[in-house]
Amino acid sequence: MKTAVIVFPGSNCDRDLAVALEQVTGRAPAMVWHRDTELPDGTDFIGIPGGFSYGDYLRSGAMAARSPIVRAVIDAASRGVPVLGVCNGFQVLTETGLLPGALMRNAGISFVSRPVELTVENSQTLFTSGYEAGETIRIPLAHHDGNYQADEATLDRLEQDGRVAFRYAEEVNGSARRIAGIVNDAGNVLGMMPHPERAIEPAHGRTDGRRLFEGLLETVA
Amino acid sequence: MKAHVFITLKPGVLDPQGKAIHHALEGLGFSGVNDVRAGKLIELDLADGTKDSDIEDMCRKLLANTVIENFRIERGA
Repeated sequence: MKTAVIVFPGSNCDRDLAVALEQVTGRAPAMVWHRDTELPDGTDFIGIPGGFSYGDYLRSGAMAARSPIVRAVIDAASRGVPVLGVCNGFQVLTETGLLPGALMRNAGISFVSRPVELTVENSQTLFTSGYEAGETIRIPLAHHDGNYQADEATLDRLEQDGRVAFRYAEEVNGSARRIAGIVNDAGNVLGMMPHPERAIEPAHGRTDGRRLFEGLLETVA
Repeated sequence: MKAHVFITLKPGVLDPQGKAIHHALEGLGFSGVNDVRAGKLIELDLADGTKDSDIEDMCRKLLANTVIENFRIERGA
């Protein structure tokens, strides 16, 4: 599998994501800079990492969503290339409109940084085939703006169409319906606040994140 | 030509920042504050003849996230 990780000024989980992808796929991803206008030929997975792209100026993810490389990401996503946005990457994806809703300041105002339990709501997506539906997994979380909000009609549609991939097992940041991760209508774009790339080897304490990448590798490759 | 763009959270959207400011005002002894909502002001210095529709485009494409925010444009001299 030929993967790419997008790097913005202020990204800080790009290397973690690269390590995770290399460990699982056996091949280092291309690190693609925000000013680039094209993805490497044959890219079949794109990761948008966590961090504070462009210093979170204006709104988290807002500037990154309008950067040159993200135009290429939007094109690739519309051709069906799988795209995973983690944390700030999820914020970028909502700002592009590839995913509905918005990620607002945590309801409790505090930055939340700890492992949390998630329920896998749908194991039939490209990204979640490594899990069982209804399974509880534990993945680290670290964000200030993770409070997922959308209008009721959008939330109902996400639920009905099985597009809620992960839900917090307990209240964490005020997210509507405790949503932690969603996929787009076509199913090839996943945005999630928790960091699966931080739970891929025993030294991390848990390896629950690894199965996301392994599942993806199996469905894509 | 200057324009001011006021960006505010839509009614009903939770504003934790506004809540924190509210608590801080109460902590300072200011009573009678019923609610606080925080927003943004963006000042634009524009070429003469910039159309209203251009400024609205800027708001929709970048300055505001219309999923959660409203915007209001005030043109100056």
